[in-house]
Amino acid sequence: MTPALSRPRSASAPAPRLAARALVFRHGAREVLRGLSFEVAPGEIFGVLGPNGAGKSTLFSILTGLAAPESGELRLDAARVAFGARALRARLGVVFQDPSLDAKLTAEENLVLGAALFAVPRAEARARARALLERAGLADRAREPVARLSGGMRRRLELARAVIHRPSILVLDEPTSGLDAASFRATWEAIQALRREDGLTVILNTHRPDEAEQCDRLAVMAEGRIVACETPDALRARVAGDVVVVEAEDASGLAREVALRFQLPARAVGDAVVIEREEGHTLVPRLVEAFPPGRFRSVSVRRPTLADAFLEITGRGLETEEAP
Amino acid sequence: MTSPLRYDLATVDVLWRRDLTRFFRQPSRLAGALGQPVIFWLVIGSGMAATFRMPGSGVGYLQFFYPGVVLMVVLFAAIFTTVSVIEDRHAGFLQAVLAGPGSRAALVAGKSLGSASVALSQAALFLLLLPAAGFSPLQVRWPLLVSALALAALGLAALGFAVAWAVDNVQGYHAIQMTLLVPLWVVSGAMFPASPEHPVFAAVMRANPVAYAVSATRRALSGPDAPGALPGGPAVDLGVLALFAAAALGLAALAARRRGGTRGAWARCSPRSTPA
Repeated sequence: MTPALSRPRSASAPAPRLAARALVFRHGAREVLRGLSFEVAPGEIFGVLGPNGAGKSTLFSILTGLAAPESGELRLDAARVAFGARALRARLGVVFQDPSLDAKLTAEENLVLGAALFAVPRAEARARARALLERAGLADRAREPVARLSGGMRRRLELARAVIHRPSILVLDEPTSGLDAASFRATWEAIQALRREDGLTVILNTHRPDEAEQCDRLAVMAEGRIVACETPDALRARVAGDVVVVEAEDASGLAREVALRFQLPARAVGDAVVIEREEGHTLVPRLVEAFPPGRFRSVSVRRPTLADAFLEITGRGLETEEAP
Repeated sequence: MTSPLRYDLATVDVLWRRDLTRFFRQPSRLAGALGQPVIFWLVIGSGMAATFRMPGSGVGYLQFFYPGVVLMVVLFAAIFTTVSVIEDRHAGFLQAVLAGPGSRAALVAGKSLGSASVALSQAALFLLLLPAAGFSPLQVRWPLLVSALALAALGLAALGFAVAWAVDNVQGYHAIQMTLLVPLWVVSGAMFPASPEHPVFAAVMRANPVAYAVSATRRALSGPDAPGALPGGPAVDLGVLALFAAAALGLAALAARRRGGTRGAWARCSPRSTPA
């Protein structure tokens, strides 16, 4: 089942900027990717949402030419390209999860070297570096070694370096992992600005629901497959009503009890029981009265998030590590 | 449309420039580059001076040992600049190069040239002590010296790159270098010449590329018949070194050729050998 391919597309729609078809990747006996397919439209922000171990990083390695799958194909603007082809690499801007700046060199030097890798003429590279430093709010730190910049500044610099050669596709691996709320916002403002002003197509991996909310469309990934591919709103709409979360000591035992007593689908996720239900607030007093005091640490009701949608679709939490 | 060659040249240029910029920006590395060999030269040199006499020549041990220490500088610099490849490839600047439009061969060439240039710069610092070792800089055959050291540095850097890429962990890398490259230096004639009474040792030396580099350095500093130089002449020395550099670069390109820059994916991404 390939949701991305079965999506109806009108004849006038532009060809996808990038399409992957039936990607299969094995690591020894383990199938990491089991026939993965998707299409990304020009100018789209496309997220791949899944927990650690779902195969997101392998997909990232394949797109950026660092690994080749056993089978499958890639198409760039409808033309087939070999995995890791130079024609593809030349059009990508890549932001890695691990730092890929030279910490001993200055911010400006990193940008100029990044441009030189793509054979951008020197004068143009300098002008572009100045403009990008300005845009990233790093103009006054341009001559400082990267080692002296904060984590958020470095991430913005990684982003600037990735687009200095004016790529048409930006590929990001967990772009905001480890960043605080302010840096998260700044990074996403920068990504949105790049898409708006340069028409960049953006593909990213993430396991953060708040990051997934920023995407136009999300591919939900579980066990090496894409099991759903929709807008964040459409995914959230799959969860009926509200989400009631009960934090307690023995979550799995409690989930069974709740399911039995209330005839409700209750799931244990980490040390909490998650119940999806219309009119969730009416359930809270009944729950609290049905169990002895002290059995719950907390009870809360909220609107569904993408993490709930992920749980609904895959039966797993986003924060859990997928077993190899 | 940019041509593949332009991307490759750009990649070589970036890596080369980067290594040199980093080296000259770190005063501690510059100080270490000069201090460590000087101490080694003086301590070992003076210790041996009392017992060692070069047969049939009046050369003192400190002077005899000096060309050997020049090569030691080149060797250690090549080892310590290529070890960075391991970290750099998984969590550093090389990630961007691997995903960039240059070829793997260009990556190998750029990194090897960068490391070799750092090694040469360190050797140049140590060569400031030529007069102290009793050599006149005016009589040094500079073209021979520079080409011999450049070829040796390039070969050793490429060999270091190949080991770093294949081993892919820092401890393993140092273990291999200490059992492979350091003994190459010890039996290169850097510390003592091959004696005709030990044919095995002499044969090992003849098969050792570092020995030709030491030999060429001796000839560059003391003339064609320098004490401790290998039989043959400077042309043989340079010829062997050129072959060594080419072979080491080929080996490094081979090591880096397989697709893969991520630790997990690298080992098992060879194409299918049997049809499904």
